[in-house]
Amino acid sequence: MPSLTEARAGASAAAPMLLGVIPFGLVAGAAPVSHGFSGWSAVGLSTLVFAGASQLAIVDVLSHGGSAVVAILAAWTINLRMVLYSASLAPYLGHESTRRRLGAAYLLVDQVYALSITRWAGDERADRRLSFYAGAGLLLWTTWVTSTIVGTLLGSALADALPLDFAVPLVFLVLLVPVLVDRPAVVAAVCGGVAAVVAAEAGAGPLSTIVGAVAGIAGGTLVDARRPQSLDQ
Amino acid sequence: MTPIWPVIVVAGAGTYAMRASFLAIAHRMATVPPGVARMLRQIPPAALAAIILPALVRPEGHLDLAQPRLLAGALAALVAWRTRNVGATLIVGMGALVLLQHL
Repeated sequence: MPSLTEARAGASAAAPMLLGVIPFGLVAGAAPVSHGFSGWSAVGLSTLVFAGASQLAIVDVLSHGGSAVVAILAAWTINLRMVLYSASLAPYLGHESTRRRLGAAYLLVDQVYALSITRWAGDERADRRLSFYAGAGLLLWTTWVTSTIVGTLLGSALADALPLDFAVPLVFLVLLVPVLVDRPAVVAAVCGGVAAVVAAEAGAGPLSTIVGAVAGIAGGTLVDARRPQSLDQ
Repeated sequence: MTPIWPVIVVAGAGTYAMRASFLAIAHRMATVPPGVARMLRQIPPAALAAIILPALVRPEGHLDLAQPRLLAGALAALVAWRTRNVGATLIVGMGALVLLQHL
């Protein structure tokens, strides 16, 4: 049963995230335009790809003379973590219809994932999970597309004025802190971060994020499996 | 320059397929074995840290610990930990970075 209250709760939880989403969206709009692509292509990226870091990667590859294949592979690699998010959310939404789950998949981004998984872990009411998710997701989507459009109008003047790209890791920091609740989670974060840096230094490029994520999951799972069962409760 | 629209469509379709992957078959995985659940729990910290740390320690594409982003990020992490507030974290992090860059 869709719950308007829960949708509103999702939107409220996502609202503070907009402080990071808006600057990032402005950059996502300004970057293609300042590299000679049309404003429409920026809007196309924000609606069809809807994943900021990969949108910037596509523009970067193409504007430096890279081929379409390289641009596509770069984007896919950066977005591989969506498979992990999808796997992590799926057990919570098994009761929903396929149509709704496929609709929800379109709105799956880092912030919606992190907010929902935290909310659902402490809420037994399965029927209203998707409402929270949709409330957060639709607010983020609307803001993302709107700020992209504004970004295409402002162009590169904006990108030069402020280190807006720094808003991205900062927003993720706020998402990371609340999930560091036990030793396995801390180990997963440390392994994930260090492995990503090592992979990047070794020349893994956009693949380094997924290398880090996999290493972090392995490290956290190993530590978790060694804990006494009683601590799991 | 390579036309961008085919790239947008193919990159977008692939990204959607990744988002839909497990959600599409969720009705068949309602009960998750404890071992898998344990693994899934590690995804948020692992994935988020893998995005954050490289942005803080290699902003120019090579490891560099003596630059303002690491210090500004550490300060922002402290604020995120104490307040859990995105606005405060962004203001302190961005403010510290702009300040440090102009020192």
